[in-house]
Amino acid sequence: MRTRRLEWIIERALLLCAALSVATTAGIILVLSVETFEFLREVPVLEFLTGTEWTPLFATPRFGVLPLVGGTLLVSAIAMVVALPMGLLSAVYLSEYAPDRLRRVVKPVLEVLAGVPTVVYGYFALMFVTPLLQRVFPQMSGFNALSPGIVMGIMILPLVSSLSEDAMRAVPQGLREGAYALGATRMQTALQVVVPAAFSGITAAFILAVSRAVGETMIVAIAAGQQPRLTANPFVPLETMTAYIVQVSLGDTPQGTLEYRTIFAVGMLLFLMTFGLNLVSTWLRERFREVYS
Amino acid sequence: MKHRADLVFRTVALGTLVLALVALAALVYDIVSGGLGRLDWAFLTNMASRRPEDAGIYHALAGSIWVIVLTAALALPLGVAAAVYLEEYGTRSRIARLIEINIANLAAVPSIIYGLLGLGVFVRFMGMGRSVLAGACTLALLALPVVILSTREALRTVPGSIREGSYALGATKWQTIWYQVLPMALPGILTGLILSLSRAIGETAPLITIGALTYIPFAPDSVWSPFTVLPIQIFNWVSRPQAAFKENAAAGILVLMLLLLFMNAIAVFLRDRFQRQGRS
Repeated sequence: MRTRRLEWIIERALLLCAALSVATTAGIILVLSVETFEFLREVPVLEFLTGTEWTPLFATPRFGVLPLVGGTLLVSAIAMVVALPMGLLSAVYLSEYAPDRLRRVVKPVLEVLAGVPTVVYGYFALMFVTPLLQRVFPQMSGFNALSPGIVMGIMILPLVSSLSEDAMRAVPQGLREGAYALGATRMQTALQVVVPAAFSGITAAFILAVSRAVGETMIVAIAAGQQPRLTANPFVPLETMTAYIVQVSLGDTPQGTLEYRTIFAVGMLLFLMTFGLNLVSTWLRERFREVYS
Repeated sequence: MKHRADLVFRTVALGTLVLALVALAALVYDIVSGGLGRLDWAFLTNMASRRPEDAGIYHALAGSIWVIVLTAALALPLGVAAAVYLEEYGTRSRIARLIEINIANLAAVPSIIYGLLGLGVFVRFMGMGRSVLAGACTLALLALPVVILSTREALRTVPGSIREGSYALGATKWQTIWYQVLPMALPGILTGLILSLSRAIGETAPLITIGALTYIPFAPDSVWSPFTVLPIQIFNWVSRPQAAFKENAAAGILVLMLLLLFMNAIAVFLRDRFQRQGRS
């Protein structure tokens, strides 16, 4: 009787620990909502979402978030231009061509690339990649979108590569053999049979990569500058949503003020963007799993 | 003709892979050449300073170790308990399914959002202030999804016959888990824990957001102390215009990378040791 009760208590306690994750999500939504709500009582939603000037720390503050969103999208787009083709190609190579011995060496090295702290990538972007690029583009500023974008692409590449490779390896061997039997070369098999068959898995990997780029903080905080600017020019300093949150957190903005609440409003927008992308990615992966297992 | 295209494609694909490895090599070279000359014993034992040549990393290193030990102490029991529930108890229930989806989504939330959560809940609502404890709680929440996922994988490798044998001898479910399943899964659990901690130790953004200060010229002496950590100190040095501080940043990165290497070595050692024990 006593053991039965003890078992019951233990099971409930374990459930409580598991439920902590739900509480975490609820906590995130609650904290962001409360402060964002307070913020939106003073700044109209329309002004926040469609304004093109972001100067909350100035004497005459303007709260248009578009320059931060634009900066985030520009850097993320550059990162994707690097990470998607390179990640996909290396995944094709690892899954369809590489001998087993090579895979066993390369995969851990790619994992090292994924495990490097982001502040290190920031240093690399500022001190190595920017000077290198300035030799090619002399008009480029010391802080810019191009260099952190490229470095972010390198950082995300292992994620794209390993998730895409998993998707491709899950494609049944029979499909490849069928293609070979019809006289297809390895490239034709890889590009016209395996990649299309793994398409939803690869897309899920791409979307997750975009979400990572949008939420990445330290590389842009170090190497992109801190000047909110609505531009498509990758050579000038700009600021992303994440870098803005860091900038305010480092300063002495007193809590409870409108300026202070901006970081929660920007955080809310960031959370909604990444959460939406993650949901789409999960949905795609689930669908993919249904097809082949 | 067809085969030439094949060869070209293969070369291009291999080329991108090589390019990624070259980038890694450039990164390592850049940091070692920038920081090795600055790295000496005094750098490890000196505190922060306004003068770059006197500045050291001791306070940040101590802060990092305080935070990471506390993070481990929080994340291990919570993560293992959650994983045991999901894997051994609630596999079919709807609550378990909901929690599972939720964990998968949490794993992809940007770390800076966790910083805002920590600021709202731990620093202000629970009144922990900008302390080591608040930082560790924030990082523990950040590390939990990975700890849970890797623990579940470790639990799955324990064969069902072990559980059945234990039940046959009259053990209850919890006795089976505590005395049979968990010890067998321990190497996998610890490896997952250390890997998630080595990610947490490199985290900068959430700790900046909760307000870990960048200029703290002393090491923490309790969980309530204000603190700074290695990545924040590195960020602080990188952000200064003087070249001498940039050199400090590179040396700080070397210390951080060595710490990461050390942690991974422990993970490998633990796994090895437990595996040998399991066999004998």
